[in-house]
Amino acid sequence: MNFPILSSLILLPTIGALFIFFVRSSNKQYQSSKYVALFITVANFILSIYLWFVFDKSTVEFQFVEDREWIVGFVNYKVGVDGISILFILLSTFITPICVITVNYTVKKRLKDFLIAILILETFMIGVFCSLDLVVFYLFFEAGLIPMFLIIGIWGGERRVYSAFKFFLYTLLGSVLMLIAIISIYWITGTTDVEKLYELGIDQKYQNLLWLAFFSSFAVKTPMWPVHTWLPDAHVEAPTAGSVLLAAVLLKMAGYGFIRFSLGLFPAASEYFVPLIYTLSLIAIIYTSLVALMQEDMKKLIAYSSVAHMGFVTLGIFTLTQQGIEGSIFQMISHGFVSAALFLTVGVVYDRHHTRLISKYGGLVSIMPKYAIVFMVFALGSLGLPGTSGFVGEFLILMGAFKKNILVATIASLGVILGAAYMLWLYKRIVFGKIIHDDLRNMIDLKRFEIITLGLLVIPILFFGFYPEPLINSIETSVGNILDVNYFNQTKNLALGK
Amino acid sequence: MENLQLVLPEILISIIIMFLLIFGVYKKNSSSLVYNLSTLGLVLILAVVINLDSNVEISLFNNSYSVDNLSRFMKILLILSGIFVMLSSTKYIQINKINKIEYPILILCSILGMMVMISSNDLIVFYIGLELQSLALYVLASFNRDNILSTESGLKYFVLSALSSGLLLYGCSLIYGFSETTNFFEILKNTKDAQYGLTFGIVFILVGLAFKISAVPFHMWAPDVYQGSPTSVTLFFALLPKIAALTIFIRFLYIPFFELIDQWQMIIIFLSIASMIFGAVAAIGQKNLKRLIAYSSISHMGYALAGLSTGTVQGAHSSITYMTIYLVMNLAFFSCLFMLKRNEKYFESIEDLSGLSKNHPLLSLALLAILFSLAGIPPLAGFFAKFYIFLAVINEKMYFLAVVGLLATVVAAFYYLRIIKIIYFDPEKEKYETKHNLGLKFTLVISTLFIIAYFIYPSGVIEMISQININ
Repeated sequence: MNFPILSSLILLPTIGALFIFFVRSSNKQYQSSKYVALFITVANFILSIYLWFVFDKSTVEFQFVEDREWIVGFVNYKVGVDGISILFILLSTFITPICVITVNYTVKKRLKDFLIAILILETFMIGVFCSLDLVVFYLFFEAGLIPMFLIIGIWGGERRVYSAFKFFLYTLLGSVLMLIAIISIYWITGTTDVEKLYELGIDQKYQNLLWLAFFSSFAVKTPMWPVHTWLPDAHVEAPTAGSVLLAAVLLKMAGYGFIRFSLGLFPAASEYFVPLIYTLSLIAIIYTSLVALMQEDMKKLIAYSSVAHMGFVTLGIFTLTQQGIEGSIFQMISHGFVSAALFLTVGVVYDRHHTRLISKYGGLVSIMPKYAIVFMVFALGSLGLPGTSGFVGEFLILMGAFKKNILVATIASLGVILGAAYMLWLYKRIVFGKIIHDDLRNMIDLKRFEIITLGLLVIPILFFGFYPEPLINSIETSVGNILDVNYFNQTKNLALGK
Repeated sequence: MENLQLVLPEILISIIIMFLLIFGVYKKNSSSLVYNLSTLGLVLILAVVINLDSNVEISLFNNSYSVDNLSRFMKILLILSGIFVMLSSTKYIQINKINKIEYPILILCSILGMMVMISSNDLIVFYIGLELQSLALYVLASFNRDNILSTESGLKYFVLSALSSGLLLYGCSLIYGFSETTNFFEILKNTKDAQYGLTFGIVFILVGLAFKISAVPFHMWAPDVYQGSPTSVTLFFALLPKIAALTIFIRFLYIPFFELIDQWQMIIIFLSIASMIFGAVAAIGQKNLKRLIAYSSISHMGYALAGLSTGTVQGAHSSITYMTIYLVMNLAFFSCLFMLKRNEKYFESIEDLSGLSKNHPLLSLALLAILFSLAGIPPLAGFFAKFYIFLAVINEKMYFLAVVGLLATVVAAFYYLRIIKIIYFDPEKEKYETKHNLGLKFTLVISTLFIIAYFIYPSGVIEMISQININ
C-alpha cells in the first residue's frame, strides 16, 4: 500500500494544532477550536481502527513501513508497526479524544493553547510507538517532554512548577544516557535502523553497558522504584487531561521501549539483568502498594498504584516468557484504560468539591449513584477482578513468573492482595459510609459528557476482561518472534511445555 | 592580479570603510545613512564571497593567506550574521543614542579583522587580523560612553584582552623560535617531534584563543562585558568574534599543530569540560538575561570545543555545525530581547519576561522554541547541534567527555526551563510595545523558523559543511 498511513497518523494532530493556532476563533471561549480538536482526534482514532483492520496479524514482519531518507547517509525516517505497537497506537488515539472531551469543564483558562499542546503531544506519542529507527524514536520520545511540561506547568495545581521541573529533569537525565547508547550503537554496527539491528545483532561485550543506558531512560519513564518519585508529583499537579495522558500513554512508552529495544537489541544483557529487574519490580509492587495505602490524596494514591502496576509490567517483560510478555502488554493496555478512568473519576469529584483529600469525602453512593457504579467498575478493574481487563494481564504475568521463579511470583501475588486492599479501602472511604460533610449533599451526579467519557472507558475494560482474544491475537506472533529471534528458544519451549 | 580577485571581499570592505569614514565626516547628520550604507555594503560583500569559485583552494601571498572552503563558509556565516545584527539593532541604537557614524564603521572594521583572521595561514597575518577586530571591539563595548556599565565593560575587555593578546604573541614567538617559521604549513613540517618550547607555545596560543571565545577558565570578562555593553554590541560579541575564533582554532589545531595532538588534546578536553559545567552551573543564579546568555554561551563554546577535541575531520565539521546553529539561536534570542521595549526603554531582566505569554503569545512561542532549542531538546535545531558533536565525540571513544557533556545539558536545561516558567507560568505584567521595525521582525521570523523547521531537512546544513576541507 502506498498511502503513508502511519505518517498521516503522526502528522494529522499537528496539522490540527496548526489549524487551531492560525485560525482565529470567533468566540472568546474558543469553543470552536475544541470541536476542531475533537474532530481531528476522532478522525485519527478512526484511521487507527482502519489500520488495525487491515493489519495482517499472522506475519511477524513490520507492516506499513515507510522508509525515507532524512539525515542523508545516516538516519532514515523509518516507521512501521507490528502487532505490539499497533495496540499502543490504538490506545493513544483512543485516549486523546477522551481528553479533548474532558477539557470543556476541567480547563478554565487558555483552552486553545491546551488543545494545541494535547494535539502536539499526540503526534509525539504515536511517533514513539511506530518509529523503527533509534534516532527517530529518541526524537519523539524526548520531544514529548515539551508539551507535557507545559501542560503540567500552565494548567496544573499549586505546586505545578516544582512538579513540572521534576518531571522534565528526571526524564531528561535518564534519556541523555540513552542518546549516548544510541550513538554508540551507530558506531558499533553502522546503523540505527531497528530492523537491521535485529538482523545484525550487537556484540555481547557491549550489550550490558548499552542495556544499562537504555534502562536508565526507561526506568525513569516507567517509572521503576527508586526513580518513581516524579510521578506522584506530576500526577497530583497535572490537570485531569494531563494526568490521563501521562498515566495512560506516556508511561507505556517505557514498557514498549523495554520490549522493542532492550529485549530486541540486547538479548544477552536482558537475560543477565533479570535479577535486577525482578528485585526492583518486586520492591515497586510491594513498597508502592504500601505507600498507596497510606495516601490521603486520591490522585497520589492512584499515582502510586500506577507505579505498582508498572512493577508488574516490568516483571512480566523480564520473565522472558510468552505469557509474561503478553501479560505485560495486556496489562499496559488495560492500565491505560483503567488509570485514565480513575483519574477522570477523581477529576469528576474534584471539579465539584475542589479537594482531592480522601477524608473530605464519604457516602457519595447516596448522592451520586451513577458515579458510584462506574467508579466501582474502575476500582475493580484496577485491582484485577476476573471479568475486567486488569485480571487478564496480571494473571498472565504471574503465570509467566511462576514458570521462572516461584518465590518472585509468590511475592508478586502479595502485591495483588495489597492492590485490592488500597483500592477497595479508597472506594469504601469515598463512596460508602455516612455523609459526614454536609457540603457534599449538593453535589450533582455525572453530567452527560462525563457519562460519555467514563462510559467509553467502561466498555473496553469489561470487553477485554471477558474477551481478551483480539488483543492477545494481535500480539501473539510478534511476541513469539521477539523470543524466537533472540535465542530465548529454550525459554519459550519451556513456557510452552515442550 | 588573479590573486587579488580572491581577496576581493577584503579589498572591497576596506574601500567601503574608508569611503564611509570620509563620507560620514563631511556629511552632517548622516549616521543613519552610513548605517544603512554599511548594511548594504555587507550585502554586497556577501554576494562577492558567495560568488567566489568554490573549487579554488589556494594559499596566497607566500602561503600566508588561504582562500579555501573553510574560509569561504565561515566568511559567509560571518557576514550573514553581521547583516542580521545590523538589521535587528537599527531601532535599538537610535533609542539608546549610540547611532553615531563610527558605530557601523567600527563594526565593519571588526568584520574585516575577522575575515583576515579566518583566512590567515601565518602567525603574523593572524595576529594583525586579531588585533584589528579586538581594537574595534574595545571601542564598541564602551560605545555607550555615558553609561558607567558600558565604560566599565569596555575597559575590562580592553585590559584582559590585551593581556591575552600578550600571551598569544608570546606563544607565537615561542613557536617561531622553535620551528623557525611563521607559516602554518612550514610549522607543520618543522614540528614532527614535540619540544618543550613548542608545547609552551601551543599552550600560550590556546590560552589566548580560549580567551577570545570565553572558554573557562578564561571567561571572566564575558558576563560583565555582555551585561555592560549596549545590547546590540552584546549581540555582536555573542556571534561574530566566536566565528572567527573558532575558525582560527580549527586552523591552528588542524594545520600547524596537527602532529602534536597529544600535546593539545587534553587541554582542549579540559577547556571543553570546564566550560560546559561552569557555564551550566553559573547561569542558574542569574537575573539579567544578557548575563545569563553570557554564561550560556560559555557553555555552548564548551560543546563546540568538544567537537574539536576529537582531532578528527568529523569533529571539526560537527563544531562548525554547532557554531552555525548556535549563531541562529542566539540571533533569535537577541531579537526577542530587542522586542522587550516599552516607552523608549529596553528591558533585560528575567523578571521582565513574567507572564509574557498572556500578552504576547507569538513572541513567547518563539522564545519557547528558542529556549528549548538552546537546551538541546528535540526536535529543535539545538538538539541536532549537540547530536553531531556527540556523534563525533563517541566515534573517538571519548565516553567521559560525552557523559559529562550530556549531564551538563541536563543542568543547563534547568535554567532555560526557569525562563520558560517565568514566561508561561507566572502572572503577567504590563504589555510591551508591539510595533517593531521590519528588519527585527524579519530576523526573528527567519531564525525561529530555522530552529523549528530544521528537523524537516537536517541534511542541508550538514552537506554544506561536509564539503569543507580541513587540512
